[in-house]
Amino acid sequence: MTPAIDVINVSKIYRRYARRRQFATLKSALLDGSLLGDLKPDETFQALRNVSFSVPKGCTYGVIGSNGSGKSTLLKCVAGITRPTEGEVKVDGRISALIELGAGFHPEISGRENIFINGIMLGLSKKEVQRRFDEIVEFAEMQDFIDAPVKTYSSGMYMRLGFAVAIHVDPEVLLVDEVLAVGDQGFTHKCLDKFSEFRRRNKSILLVTHSLDLVEKFCDEAHWLDKGISKGEGDPKKVVAAYVMNVEDSEQHSLAKAEAARLAASAKNVTGAPPVAEERDPGSGVRDPEEAPLNPVDDAETTRDGFKATEGRWGTREIEITKVSISGPDGESGHVFQSGDDIKVHMTMTAKEPITDFVFGLGLFNADGVCIYGTNTNLEEFQPSQIVGECSVTFEMDSLDLIEGTYRLDLAAHKADGYPYDYHRLLYTFRIKSRVRDVGIYRPAHRWDFGGGITFKAE
Amino acid sequence: MFSSLAKLARYRALIQTLVVRDLKARYRGSVLGFFWSFFNPALLLFIYTFVFTKVLPSSHPASMEPFALFMFCGILPWTWFSSSLLESSNTLIAGGNLIKKVLFPAEVLPIVTVLANMVHFFLGLPILAAFVFYYQRPIDPVELLWLPVIVLVQLILSTGLAFFLSALTVHFRDLKDLLGNLLTLWFFATPIIYSVEMAPADMRWWLNINPMTHLMRSYQEVLFFDGPFGHQRWLLALGAGSIVVFLAGYFVFDRLRDSFAEEV
Repeated sequence: MTPAIDVINVSKIYRRYARRRQFATLKSALLDGSLLGDLKPDETFQALRNVSFSVPKGCTYGVIGSNGSGKSTLLKCVAGITRPTEGEVKVDGRISALIELGAGFHPEISGRENIFINGIMLGLSKKEVQRRFDEIVEFAEMQDFIDAPVKTYSSGMYMRLGFAVAIHVDPEVLLVDEVLAVGDQGFTHKCLDKFSEFRRRNKSILLVTHSLDLVEKFCDEAHWLDKGISKGEGDPKKVVAAYVMNVEDSEQHSLAKAEAARLAASAKNVTGAPPVAEERDPGSGVRDPEEAPLNPVDDAETTRDGFKATEGRWGTREIEITKVSISGPDGESGHVFQSGDDIKVHMTMTAKEPITDFVFGLGLFNADGVCIYGTNTNLEEFQPSQIVGECSVTFEMDSLDLIEGTYRLDLAAHKADGYPYDYHRLLYTFRIKSRVRDVGIYRPAHRWDFGGGITFKAE
Repeated sequence: MFSSLAKLARYRALIQTLVVRDLKARYRGSVLGFFWSFFNPALLLFIYTFVFTKVLPSSHPASMEPFALFMFCGILPWTWFSSSLLESSNTLIAGGNLIKKVLFPAEVLPIVTVLANMVHFFLGLPILAAFVFYYQRPIDPVELLWLPVIVLVQLILSTGLAFFLSALTVHFRDLKDLLGNLLTLWFFATPIIYSVEMAPADMRWWLNINPMTHLMRSYQEVLFFDGPFGHQRWLLALGAGSIVVFLAGYFVFDRLRDSFAEEV
């Protein structure tokens, strides 16, 4: 059986935007029908590089990848909107592309007329549109507004109508580019049901999306593109897992880079006192509500601007925090962890002179600037006696049950009365990943117990 | 090229719907709506009548009365021609969404532009006819049979040029601005507000190489001058030339087709 979509060694090269070489492309387009002509390699941009795959009939095929990985270009090549520079795309049967919904709607005329025009644009005859008209209107939930001009529609209505027309073209091959975010939950479910119906009728779907859940649940096969190169193909669970690993790696890199930049910036600001806006009791991030009236400026600012307000470093450096690392269960330092991981915060300290009055503290904040937890050695009733030379402090959390998100740390060494030795405010960032999409700021250890006649489907 | 030209026939329904959409959308929201298609040429005729009977009564020989009607015979088709070209130069860019996001035959857009303007031209014809009757101009029915041929030649010529312009404007946006002035020049270089006979003798040669001269002259002969129609040889030659322009325009359009989705 011939596959529904066959993509053979497809490469796509775009011209980088350069005004002065316009003539070159026009000339070569006219003379030899090629758009690139005599452009040098640095004037072009390769969006796809030797991508091959085939989609059997009745298969739902997902394409994933980060922004700019060539997913949409691939879809446009399959749809026939652009022609691949090299390679070949074969499609068996009528295509409908859900790339931009409602492209071609004319704002001045009514939804009714636009359905006809759009249907005909997508390859239906007038009679066919007539036959499907009621179904389209009902699917879009537009009965009341179908005779109003399209310009009066809300964007959701516009998208729904576009989606309804495109899906009722009844294609053999459906190309979908990240359009499921068009309606409320109910509409999204309806769309997914429609896709399932397509599948039952042995039609093929090529789905480009950032929703990994959707790919795992819905696709028979998945394909991962990265910078135009095919990175993997096959079982959706496997491909998604490989992609997620890669994303975590690159997040790791970018967090590390950002942190290095912050540290470098704060190192320049080596003053004894904190900047004015940050004047607060440096109680190791413990934000006792009773302190608030004393420092209204700081508190207001912290809650309003989250991280941005107050990051920085100050203190006398009589005790200096020289190195900080965060490590996960594997013992290696990193920036991305799973929820529930065993996490350690290591600090290396140096005290040039022996010091007897010292407190170490730590504060943990979420992206809204809310303090999730703060403590210090004073609150936990460690009695300091002396610190001298290079030492290390490790704060160990056996199971950090946070919800998914980005978190930042305050780390500090100061006197019991708050006099700062070295205060690192929101300088350290890490990300927590979670398979569960729960909400809130804290995840209590929990389990569900069900009694009586309650059963769940096994996964 | 010829295979895609053959496909054009399949887009009939699409072209038809889009022309209707264009016409509907144009006057949507205005009080008089479609009547503007009648009023516009009527008002234009009124203005020219005023200018050339009251303001400049001596600008033309007495044999050319009613001069406003004479001009109107040329201005009506010229409006079709010039607005077709002006609008088609912008049509691919305006329809960028279709070209970039939907599998859409781009050549439909310039064709729709020319056809929609042709419909406006047709809507102006009853006004012209009314004035022909009002002034009791003698109309030769045999001459009138040439009118569809003239319209057809203009249609082919305009569409060919529209292909050229729409495709090239995607690459050179400057064309849009240039074109407005070029068309004004072309308007005065064509015997519309003067007749070929009124032009100085040494200008005749120049007028003859202007294709629009023969088109306009044909309209004027059929609708204004007394019969019989004497311009058929020029007209048929122009018809043949128009087909060449059409094919050449389509060739350029077809060659640049792949660039539209990227350049629009």
